[in-house]
Amino acid sequence: MNMNRKTKKKNIAGRPGFDPGRRSFLGAVAAAAGVTLAPGVFLYGVGASGPALAREPGVAVSGDVRWGMLIDLNHCDKGCNECVSACVEENGLKGHGRPATDAQWIRKVDIHDPDTGLSQSLPVMCQHCAEPPCVDVCPTGASFKRADGIVLVDRHTCIGCRYCMMACPYKARSFVHEELEDQKPHAPRGQGTVESCTMCVHRVDAGGQPACVEACGRKGGGAMLFGDLKDPGSEISKRVASYATQQIRADLGLDPGVRYRNLK
Amino acid sequence: MKRIIFSEIEGRSAGFRGLAAVLGLFFLTGLAAVMYVEHAGHHVTGGSNQVVWGIPDVFAMFLIVSASGALNVAIISSVFRKTLYKPLERLSCLLAVAMLLGGLMILVLDLGRSDRVIVAMLNRNFKSVFAWNLYLYTGFIAIVVVYLWLQMERRMNRFVPAAGMAAFLWRLALTTGSGSIYGVLVAREAYDSAIMAPMFIAMSFSFGLAVYNLVLLAACRGSGREIGDVLLRRLGRLLGIFVAVVLYFTAVQHLANLYAAEHSGVERFILRDGGIYTLLFWGGQVIVGGLLPLLLVFVSSRRGSHLSGRTVALASMLVIVGAFSQLYVLIIGGQVYPLTLFPGMEVSSSFYDGVVASYAPSLPEIGLGLGGVALAGLVVLFGIKLLRFLPTTLVNAAIDPHHAAISDKA
Repeated sequence: MNMNRKTKKKNIAGRPGFDPGRRSFLGAVAAAAGVTLAPGVFLYGVGASGPALAREPGVAVSGDVRWGMLIDLNHCDKGCNECVSACVEENGLKGHGRPATDAQWIRKVDIHDPDTGLSQSLPVMCQHCAEPPCVDVCPTGASFKRADGIVLVDRHTCIGCRYCMMACPYKARSFVHEELEDQKPHAPRGQGTVESCTMCVHRVDAGGQPACVEACGRKGGGAMLFGDLKDPGSEISKRVASYATQQIRADLGLDPGVRYRNLK
Repeated sequence: MKRIIFSEIEGRSAGFRGLAAVLGLFFLTGLAAVMYVEHAGHHVTGGSNQVVWGIPDVFAMFLIVSASGALNVAIISSVFRKTLYKPLERLSCLLAVAMLLGGLMILVLDLGRSDRVIVAMLNRNFKSVFAWNLYLYTGFIAIVVVYLWLQMERRMNRFVPAAGMAAFLWRLALTTGSGSIYGVLVAREAYDSAIMAPMFIAMSFSFGLAVYNLVLLAACRGSGREIGDVLLRRLGRLLGIFVAVVLYFTAVQHLANLYAAEHSGVERFILRDGGIYTLLFWGGQVIVGGLLPLLLVFVSSRRGSHLSGRTVALASMLVIVGAFSQLYVLIIGGQVYPLTLFPGMEVSSSFYDGVVASYAPSLPEIGLGLGGVALAGLVVLFGIKLLRFLPTTLVNAAIDPHHAAISDKA
């Protein structure tokens, strides 16, 4: 990607009438305006999360990457809800005070083994399966899996049949039952359509990490790790290679992109 | 056998007008219910993120499954060459198309974005059972309309058996598709079984014939046409056989699930601890919709050859009550039982994990369901008024070659 960028720059610089001084001046003005007008957006864009990973607009998603998460239950406290709050804030999932119909993209599930007495707590969201049943059953192809493993819903082609909700083993999807207000531009939603965790695709494409992971690291127990499962050098790959990890309903053979550690 | 004469119903009586008005009112109420839900949002329905398919889907499935079953009467004549059923062919096709239209109306208007039906037409995922069903439904209507035309156009009658065979194969595929909507849901313990497809076919035979019997009896009674006891006995006993087959599939479904420890939870729920769902299963599906009609048609017909129209109508009504119970238990009961994410664990969350969800049908949903039934009724009602679907008589001598031969000799 960087190579491409350099090549492109060289070509432009070689054009007749091109003035590098004027170009850098304009760049400086744009940077100053950006910092002044939209500091959050701008700083986020050049943030430490690594622009090297960012995907250029118009460039296809690469199948050489598989985004995934590893969640260590030993660091996930029962009372902690930071990941959920961060998701709600990031994606504008303001409810209507009706828990049966309000959307939840991520939830904390408390589990208790009646035989041993062991209790654990873990976040559950779309597991971004390699073999997603929601994608198989969707009549219009609105449910789809990107080449990098992120499972999404195209809100323009979803007809709201809810078959994907019937097919998802993780109860990860919600139907938008009511009119929406104050939507986040980066997380468009639609009444009458189905939605679920996008793995904060807007952040990932910009080289960042999902809001839940960030919040867990900053305010929670640091239980969540995000990364590329196909890159042997990534932290997540090293960890899944070193320790036993678990998948929810591994028996279904869906190969989820979200894995858990210390799930007893 | 005498030549069968078909005629329109007069359609001027107070009964006809009253029925048309009632059906029209229900149809409009269904549309109004859809407008209301579209305006207020789906939270006004009984549906939720736990129970995503509600009572409209029960109605829709009933109509769609029954549609293919209603066609069987014509198939018995065209494909299996039972001449006794020849006069019943046309009404069978009309009822099949009418019920499929009613079911489709409900399915489409229950979508979150009904306005995007065109999207579903233009974007197809061929791995989706739903997408297959869209082809199966539209193909069914097209094939049955052609099949019907071949019956009604005397010069084309020789093609009826071939068209009947095509319609028969198509209807088997259609009901396989309907059952597979549930059968492929691997994550839901109540479904996840290949038996859904053949069970739905058996259900279609039973439900479809029950509706057919009622429509035939009502249409003949309303237009003063006689039905002989030979036909009544056949229709009643055939219904009994279909009811027994549904009971058999139901027994196999639950017995197989009971053997699998992983499914014991949902079986306990449906068969013993499920409250309204258990009541509907044993009371509605097994007793009212299964054992009672069996007793009615077989015990009555053993006492003598006579099986009255009233008995056949009652048995058919009971089968329909059983059909709604069965579909309610299957569709709603299968969803209220929680998904098992962590086998053997007690689970809780803010998203209703680990708890049996609640569902109560709302008025708009019931309105939509009845609207679909009303559409089917209107199509049949005006169909028999405008075209020659009904034979002028169904007395024994007119339809039974054996009976006719005896009469002629006498």
